[in-house]
Amino acid sequence: MAKHTVTMTINGESVTAEVDSRLLLVHFIRENLDMTGTHIGCDTSSCGACTILIDGKSVKSCTYLAVRADGANITTIEGIAADGTNHPLQQAFHDQHGLHCGFCTPGMIMRAIDLLETNPNPTEEEIRWGISGNLCRCTGYNNIVKSVQQAAKEMAKEKEATV
Amino acid sequence: MIPANFNYHKATSLKEAIALAGELGEEAKYMSGGHSLLPMMKLRFATPEHIIDISKIEGLSYIKEEGEFLKIGALTTQTEIEHSPLLKEHYPIFGDAVWLTADPSVRNCGTIGGNIAHGDAANDQPALMLAVRATIIAEGPDGTKTIPIDEFFHGFYMTALEPGDILTEIQIPKAKKNSGGAYYKMERKVGDYATAGVAVHVELDDDGVCQEIGIGLTNVSAVPMRLERGEEVLRGKKITDELIAEVGQIASEDCEPESDLRGSEAYKRSIVNTITKRMLNKALERARQ
Repeated sequence: MAKHTVTMTINGESVTAEVDSRLLLVHFIRENLDMTGTHIGCDTSSCGACTILIDGKSVKSCTYLAVRADGANITTIEGIAADGTNHPLQQAFHDQHGLHCGFCTPGMIMRAIDLLETNPNPTEEEIRWGISGNLCRCTGYNNIVKSVQQAAKEMAKEKEATV
Repeated sequence: MIPANFNYHKATSLKEAIALAGELGEEAKYMSGGHSLLPMMKLRFATPEHIIDISKIEGLSYIKEEGEFLKIGALTTQTEIEHSPLLKEHYPIFGDAVWLTADPSVRNCGTIGGNIAHGDAANDQPALMLAVRATIIAEGPDGTKTIPIDEFFHGFYMTALEPGDILTEIQIPKAKKNSGGAYYKMERKVGDYATAGVAVHVELDDDGVCQEIGIGLTNVSAVPMRLERGEEVLRGKKITDELIAEVGQIASEDCEPESDLRGSEAYKRSIVNTITKRMLNKALERARQ
């Protein structure tokens, strides 16, 4: 089985590697690149713990071949804010107690980034549907919804300030 | 879980993909969004020797009205369908269905062509396609094929597509005045396959008489199913509550569900009855707007 050379941009840096056809993108990110912020939960595209952004869209990286990501622009949880600073969603999850054990949090935040990009001012119902592919077994979701609401407000303010 | 070994091939044009499929033979499978096929490969339910990635082929992602048809390119993602202003305005049945299909991240990858070509009666698009009387366009080694939806689904994961054929476009008669459609599925939890689902499309004349009706059922038969007997009851008539109740009853009788984790056969027959009635009412309401 032939190896394939792939080149992709991950968190702004170009990465070139030889990969097997069957290597899953989440394994490539975690094991080849040692970026373990992206988690593996169910491994069946149900739980969303492995959510990353491919060309700005949330994708479950357990259900994506690394070889298919050739040429893609990928963002993982490690790439959403500079070291020592928090993305508005990270800050909001902290402020609103949007996590207990934290296992779902990276995927939840990556999904919420896509959600707020598509719909910057979502209703509570739209947030709940928007994160319906991301499971959390601790919080009961209420504080996650509050976190996304806080981040939506913060991000709208930031946007206004840059215009 | 890691899929069994396979060879990966990326096609950048339809021509290249079809040529590759010809070379590699029947052990090759096309992959578009990969959210049906790859999970099956990870579970080793499917072990293709070759994957031909068609997701990068240009020009197969569009939603447009042209001539008498609404045309949707096969690589259009479920997310693109969800957010299409044209579909929201004139074809709300798509929004009904896509909203209930998997979850937003899966919809970012999953394509409408893949949802249909997979040939799975549990998917949502097949019933919808039956209701709106779609025509499937495919390209293959023998050129272009035009396949009426009633000739498309052959069996469990079996369709009219022959080795090498790629579903390229879905054509649907353009929305007429006094027409409307609706879709709903019962699901155990968000993003699940349907316990049962029903798609309805209805066209009325100016006097409110039913000119055309399509009813498709999701996941209550091995092959995506048209409720022919129910359609015959309604065609050419003014649709009354009594007729709707009769068709609901027919749906529960004619569907072929099996008891499984999602519910018993009796339960599924019962909810097919209820959903059929609700979707007939909703489609009629939209047709009368």
